[in-house]
Amino acid sequence: MTTEKPHISVKNLNVHIDGNHILKNISIDIPDKKVTSFIGPSGCGKTTLLKTFNRLLDRQGNVEITGQVLVDGEDLYSPDTEVTHIRKKMGLLSQRPFPLPMNIYDNVAYGARIHGQRDKKELDRIVEHYLRGVSLWDEVKDRLKDPATRLSIGQQQRLCLARGLAVEPEIILGDEPTSALDPVSTQRIEELFLELKDKYTLVLVTHILRQARRVSDYIVFIYMGEIIEFGTTEEVLLNPREKLTKDYVKGYIS
Amino acid sequence: MKNLRLTIDKITGNVFLIFTLLATVTVILIGAGLYYKSAPILHSNSLSSLLLSAEWKPFKSSFGFLSYIAGTLSITAIAIIIALPISLLTGIYLSEYAHAKVKRALLPPIDLLSGIPPVIYGVWGVLIIVPFVQEKIAVHFVEFSSGYSTLAGGIVLAIMIIPLIISILLEVFSTIPDGLREASLSVGATKWETIKFVVLKKSMPGIIAAVVLAISRAFGETIAVLMVCGNIPEIPHSIFDSCYPLPALIANNYGEMLSVPMYESALMLAAFILFIIIFLFNAISRIILYRLERSSN
Repeated sequence: MTTEKPHISVKNLNVHIDGNHILKNISIDIPDKKVTSFIGPSGCGKTTLLKTFNRLLDRQGNVEITGQVLVDGEDLYSPDTEVTHIRKKMGLLSQRPFPLPMNIYDNVAYGARIHGQRDKKELDRIVEHYLRGVSLWDEVKDRLKDPATRLSIGQQQRLCLARGLAVEPEIILGDEPTSALDPVSTQRIEELFLELKDKYTLVLVTHILRQARRVSDYIVFIYMGEIIEFGTTEEVLLNPREKLTKDYVKGYIS
Repeated sequence: MKNLRLTIDKITGNVFLIFTLLATVTVILIGAGLYYKSAPILHSNSLSSLLLSAEWKPFKSSFGFLSYIAGTLSITAIAIIIALPISLLTGIYLSEYAHAKVKRALLPPIDLLSGIPPVIYGVWGVLIIVPFVQEKIAVHFVEFSSGYSTLAGGIVLAIMIIPLIISILLEVFSTIPDGLREASLSVGATKWETIKFVVLKKSMPGIIAAVVLAISRAFGETIAVLMVCGNIPEIPHSIFDSCYPLPALIANNYGEMLSVPMYESALMLAAFILFIIIFLFNAISRIILYRLERSSN
């Protein structure tokens, strides 16, 4: 469907959770350094699909995954793939911010420290660089030692983004990352996404069609565990080929 | 009809308040009652001779509680030192590692452990733990131990509080949102790093609360402990010496020898001291918890 080089390639992916067939024969190539949004009604499997990318899905029991997910040609579900290595490649932004139980500085430095960075100066540089990257530096530079939970929800979400970026991932996964935020914070996150897509591949799950339209290059419409339509934002939202997509975009199904 | 509903609404809150106050007042009444009953000995003997002396000669009117206080504190300390690591590791395993099926299979026996009556723990302690301490452990360290010792009491007590700590810990770990674990995992942290830096750190107030509850319970545990600890009113110099905790003193002697002057009052003072120890312990731990919660939010 697209001519761009794929960053994530999903091939014949099937997911069963507690015996229910949640994702059915998913095959999709997610283009490099673009924003791709998954849209679809609640429970359609879009979050499940996102979570197969960083192997958070198979943490829980009773999940059966067949098929392939290739990132840079490496199969995530092959037995000798190292999970921590894959996850490091992908920043995750969840539905609501989850700051770690430590101060602002340590939140951003967490990943770098985990991966062996001990040099204080280098950590200082990393923390400042990524807090600036999410335009949070000026707001928090005088209180880096405060618990991260004292920040507003919008600031916390930007902090979580900085924490994810600080391990230098290639891909950013966003699971309805603005659903807990007020309109101003939402706008800032969306602006950040547009800046980030020069350097990263972004995959977003969203149920806000206007947001999908504002930020994404490509849109995937998922319904009942199947990909119904995949194309550029204009194609899918303005000129859908499938009747189901048309109904969803017009608000007939939700 | 409408008025009736509103009246009932007003009454309910107050009725519940009365019952809540009842519990609070009971604590005060017990404390006051114990003080009233132990007042005679507090007037006739000096506080330092009661608390800082280990001389216990009821017929000579010398009632030094130090050995009993030492017995209570050392048995409880041994119990928590044994129980905490075991419960913590079990709790982490069941909450973070075990599959749902394994958890379902392993949890009921642990819960059952807390349902066994203390006297059975006592008998089991006499039959198994006491000889074990005497023959397998003490021989390597001291010339002689009967096995009826502070260590035996601590071990039995530890086994009694382990299920309590585990069940509170599981409750605490289950309140940690999964998104927090995912946040840590998603930057490439391993499971153990996530547990160490995120789950345990976030659970710290809950872990402390679990330990406090277990210790409070351990202070008061009577029958199982008195069956294995030897009941000799001396300060234990090693964990293989016998000791005599406060609850055992009361349970063994109340109702007997009450013709000895001041004896009843002395036993009431023992109860009062136990009451104060638990009260102080709870108060201190509440302060620690409060500080901890304030510093993390």
